[in-house]
Amino acid sequence: MNVSVVSPPRSGTLGTNASRPDGVAKVQGGFAFSSDMWAENMLWGATLRSPHPFARIVSIDVSAAWKINGVEVIVTADDVPGLNAYGLIVQDQPVFAKVGDLVRYSGEPIAAVAADHPETCKRALEAIKVEYEVFNPVVDPEECIAGRAPEIHPHGNVYRHQRIVTGDLSVEGDVVVEGDYEIGMQDQAFLGLEAALAIPDSGGDGVELYIATQWLHEDRKQIAACLGLPEEKVRLVLGGVGGAFGAREDISLQVHTCLLALRTGRPVRIAYGREESFYGHVHRHPARIWMRHHATRDGRIVKIESRMVFDGGAYCSTSPAVLINGITHTQGPYKCDNAVVDGYAVRTNNPPCGAMRGFGVVQACYAHESQMDKLAAACGIDPVEIRLLNAMETGDKLITGQVVNSVAPVEECIRATAAIPLPPDLESDPDFRDIPGGSGRTADRSHIRRGIGWGVSIKNLMYSEGFDDYSTARCRISNGVVSVKFATAEVGQGFVMLAQQIARTVLGVDEVLLDTIDTQVGSAGSTSASRQTWMSGGAVNAACVAVRDKVLAHVAQYHDMDVANLAVDGTDIVDTRGSFRVAVADVISHLDIDETAEYHHPPTEDLDENGQGNCHVAFAFVAHRAVVDVDPELGLVKVVQVATAQDVGRVLNPLSCVGQVEGGIAQGLGLAVMEEIVVTNGKVRNPSFTDYLLPTFLDAPDVEAVFIEEFEPKSPLGAKGVGEPPCISVTPAIANAIRNATGRELPRVPIRPYDVCL
Amino acid sequence: MTAIGSEMYTLSVNGREHHVRDSWIGESLLFVLRERLGLPGAKGACEQGECGSCTVIIDDKAVCSCLVMAASAQGASIRTVEGLGPDGRLSDVQQSFLDAGGVQCGFCTPGFIVAVHHLLDSNPDPSDLEIKEALSGNICRCTGYGRILDAVKQVSVSRRSTAKDGAR
Amino acid sequence: MSVAIPTSVGEVVDLLSRNPQATLLAGGTDLMVEVNLHGRRPADVVALNRVSELRSWSVDSSRRTITIGSGVPYAEMETGELARLLPALAEAARTVGSPQIRAAGTLGGNLGTCSPAGDGLPVLAALDAVIDVVGPNGARQIRFADFMVGVKRNALQPSEFVRSVTLPLVEGWQGYAKVGTRNAMVIATASVCLVRTNDRVAVALGAVGPTIIRATDAETWLAANHTMSSRPNTDTLAEFARLVRDASRPIDDHRSTAAYRRHAVGVLAQRLLTRSYS
Repeated sequence: MNVSVVSPPRSGTLGTNASRPDGVAKVQGGFAFSSDMWAENMLWGATLRSPHPFARIVSIDVSAAWKINGVEVIVTADDVPGLNAYGLIVQDQPVFAKVGDLVRYSGEPIAAVAADHPETCKRALEAIKVEYEVFNPVVDPEECIAGRAPEIHPHGNVYRHQRIVTGDLSVEGDVVVEGDYEIGMQDQAFLGLEAALAIPDSGGDGVELYIATQWLHEDRKQIAACLGLPEEKVRLVLGGVGGAFGAREDISLQVHTCLLALRTGRPVRIAYGREESFYGHVHRHPARIWMRHHATRDGRIVKIESRMVFDGGAYCSTSPAVLINGITHTQGPYKCDNAVVDGYAVRTNNPPCGAMRGFGVVQACYAHESQMDKLAAACGIDPVEIRLLNAMETGDKLITGQVVNSVAPVEECIRATAAIPLPPDLESDPDFRDIPGGSGRTADRSHIRRGIGWGVSIKNLMYSEGFDDYSTARCRISNGVVSVKFATAEVGQGFVMLAQQIARTVLGVDEVLLDTIDTQVGSAGSTSASRQTWMSGGAVNAACVAVRDKVLAHVAQYHDMDVANLAVDGTDIVDTRGSFRVAVADVISHLDIDETAEYHHPPTEDLDENGQGNCHVAFAFVAHRAVVDVDPELGLVKVVQVATAQDVGRVLNPLSCVGQVEGGIAQGLGLAVMEEIVVTNGKVRNPSFTDYLLPTFLDAPDVEAVFIEEFEPKSPLGAKGVGEPPCISVTPAIANAIRNATGRELPRVPIRPYDVCL
Repeated sequence: MTAIGSEMYTLSVNGREHHVRDSWIGESLLFVLRERLGLPGAKGACEQGECGSCTVIIDDKAVCSCLVMAASAQGASIRTVEGLGPDGRLSDVQQSFLDAGGVQCGFCTPGFIVAVHHLLDSNPDPSDLEIKEALSGNICRCTGYGRILDAVKQVSVSRRSTAKDGAR
Repeated sequence: MSVAIPTSVGEVVDLLSRNPQATLLAGGTDLMVEVNLHGRRPADVVALNRVSELRSWSVDSSRRTITIGSGVPYAEMETGELARLLPALAEAARTVGSPQIRAAGTLGGNLGTCSPAGDGLPVLAALDAVIDVVGPNGARQIRFADFMVGVKRNALQPSEFVRSVTLPLVEGWQGYAKVGTRNAMVIATASVCLVRTNDRVAVALGAVGPTIIRATDAETWLAANHTMSSRPNTDTLAEFARLVRDASRPIDDHRSTAAYRRHAVGVLAQRLLTRSYS
């Protein structure tokens, strides 16, 4: 780290390990997650879902369910007062599937009930009789692209088709490598399941919703439209969020919960179980990617050809944006002048897919990093060397024609990662818990082979293609107390801590109150796309600076000084040209200041028909080196160490950065070797934590992380988002390491034991 | 009130007797703690013993409260995350999770805190592998476990130095 | 509806005789999953957690056997004296679910559920365990091979329950290995228990058929073609593994493929046999 510190920063300010304002409540069990919300006279809600991936609803008979003691209301599509559809980009997903209409995925909501006990709800759901005309599900994306599949939805079976064509396509490489790659469907698997509490207004013409979400204002917009209410009659308050990772961008139970509450006039809580959660939110797109790299004999990339197909499942969600992220990151963090990429996102009867940490780039990166190792082998060059040889720099042009004008320390990331010491060799008689197979004692030392693999990636930050995903924050001083308000969803990443750090730093105070996170202030945009440190950090910073400027102006006026010479130094206001010094606390004790600020990033553009355009705001880079032990005969893997150097602009909170890096690596490891929603003929076969496997403590590697700090001038705080990069190139790094240990091609993740050994 | 509930029994939680009335026989201890006794610290994330978020201590054993039929826990001594800190203050384990950065979204945290208390009470000086194995039933989706490992090691070290000081 | 919490085996028998529909609750790690997730609605429950007789174990040194109460949790088998006497059971116990599950889950529960992936069951099969069951008509002993009759089916009559399991204390080596797709807390994709005495081996396979499978052809062939006191050579190991694979009857499912399971039990059996000489 190249940090030069004159004096140690004040505790709790930017650059320090500030403590989480929600930390004490979280360790004591008192923090109120949305599933902990409770209200007097509250009812429980539950949702009836289609077991079929593709069927027409012939009839719904709720009469038997009404007779169950304790059932207060049953609602279906007929009870939706507003638009019976929602969606982030297009509103193509019904609140409830309607009689006569189609259900398009297994798990689609059909009705909801409210009752006095969750068990009563279960019985009521069982008592609702739905008659279906069942069709063969459309599950092959290629059938949709070819136009051979029946139309699943009036909007058609292709969400988006986009090409990127650039440079001289007649260029041929001395060396050509290609591969067909497949990425399985990953689940965000946040631990805190979907839950919400809706409290109806006494007049019945409005509702307050306590909800775990990533974007309160977008939720409100969609909910209000479905409820047929003006937005101001729908107030959202962030309930404690137990992780998100993209799965809370879309509407799940929001409308259902509000509807039940408005119909009964009583508070209603819906809380999904784990199985329902698998049906209730979108997943990471499974994808098939073909890629061909042309290079000179010495390993310089001269052209890339690719075709990417993302299976978006039954409803649109963010599929078009995920596709664009995938195809615009085809080249990875490498120079490339000539490219032709063809990308499709299609509709099938598979589970709907949308945002997950990495958002389309995970899929592209798995393919390009697999290709880089193939290219290295074909050219007879070391995998590290070939990446250094092609490494992108600031000022390089992407295949979209956009110039990378962010800090782009790709070479530094690779070199810093390579400099991290490798782990010691496996001992001669290792503990069984430390080797592949773990507790199962499947292997002895002689069965294990070690492999090393690399992955390097580029990730866009913020929303793209012309979207103004601004953020709002309000800073107030009242009676000497500084408070900050924003609608930024705190999902675990620690924005609440960062907001306090910013306010302490800018205003020179130690105590900063955080107001409730709700819709009583302007939108913050979504907690996704690695954007909140930059965007909401920018907004909080701007609001605090506006307040500080007023404080300084007040001091200047009061003491008849030039405001230009005043500055906050620690917890004092000082005259930078004289000896004047006054404590901030003394100045603000009698001030009332209230400033709201919006932060907008520079505008971006749509892609044209050739995929050209300045569609992204900024980029972050990261390198990963994985060391794995493999039992080739049983196909079992233990990831020993992941070394990483990440381009972060500036470290604002060291422990938080490490936490993001280690957590992201664990999720990338999951995709590499164990996490997959197995879907057969449109049905999820493993909707439980028994069969959808997440890495445990014994699966997690040692992580050695280095941060590359080069102040990003475009960013309001000089920092880049750190959330997504950790989980992107670690997956191919692990795959490359397993290939290195076994010599297997392994064109698919997750790599299953039988892929390795049979 | 619904016709499904008729069970009445008493549970001893964190040293206090709680009477449970009109409950359904199938209710798990997790449900009863959270929804009937006002103790929401234990969390539910899988309902089948595959995540550890609902870990509580029953008669000195760390178990998943989602798999305990609440009515069968009559007569047992139950401790939840709410009953670990002395007089509402933070326990050393709780403090260490904060100091080491072991808390992000915090949903797994109460289960981890209980499991770590149980581990360190039975094995005050665990190796890294012993920590990992003992906590392999607690899933964390945010942290990747690194900061949690640090937190546990810090408690173990500080407890040993406290014990040494006491012995002097 | 009621929950009865008896304290003796006699009381349990009595409760079950009077109410044959009552559901037995041991560790809860299977039953509560059924209740939480699969709509099971027990009417009356007989909880076994306070029956101390079921939670104890004893050694009969004259008969060289050990009897383990059906309510002894796995955690107790992982270490200490039980682990010293039955190392394969200790190894199997250590792979059951999570530490929290092992604190609650019991052999009685494994036998009551009789899943082919039940981690303790291959050990019972390889050691020819005898299951002691009691019911309204008294007690009876059932060999493990006769106890497990199919996927989640056993030989218990209505109102009968497992009191204990009796295993021989064998001279020789015993071990257990289990494949799953992560390094802890995972359901078996395939598992093997191998017991080697001075004249033979016993091999039992889990998760590769409707019941636990004894690879008897492999056992017989090895006994006939290999001197147990010497290390097996590569050819012997290969043939042994082939016969073990042939004994398996696995299926494809969302957890793995039949081909992998067949392959895995061969590898595990071969490795365990090799390990038994190290």
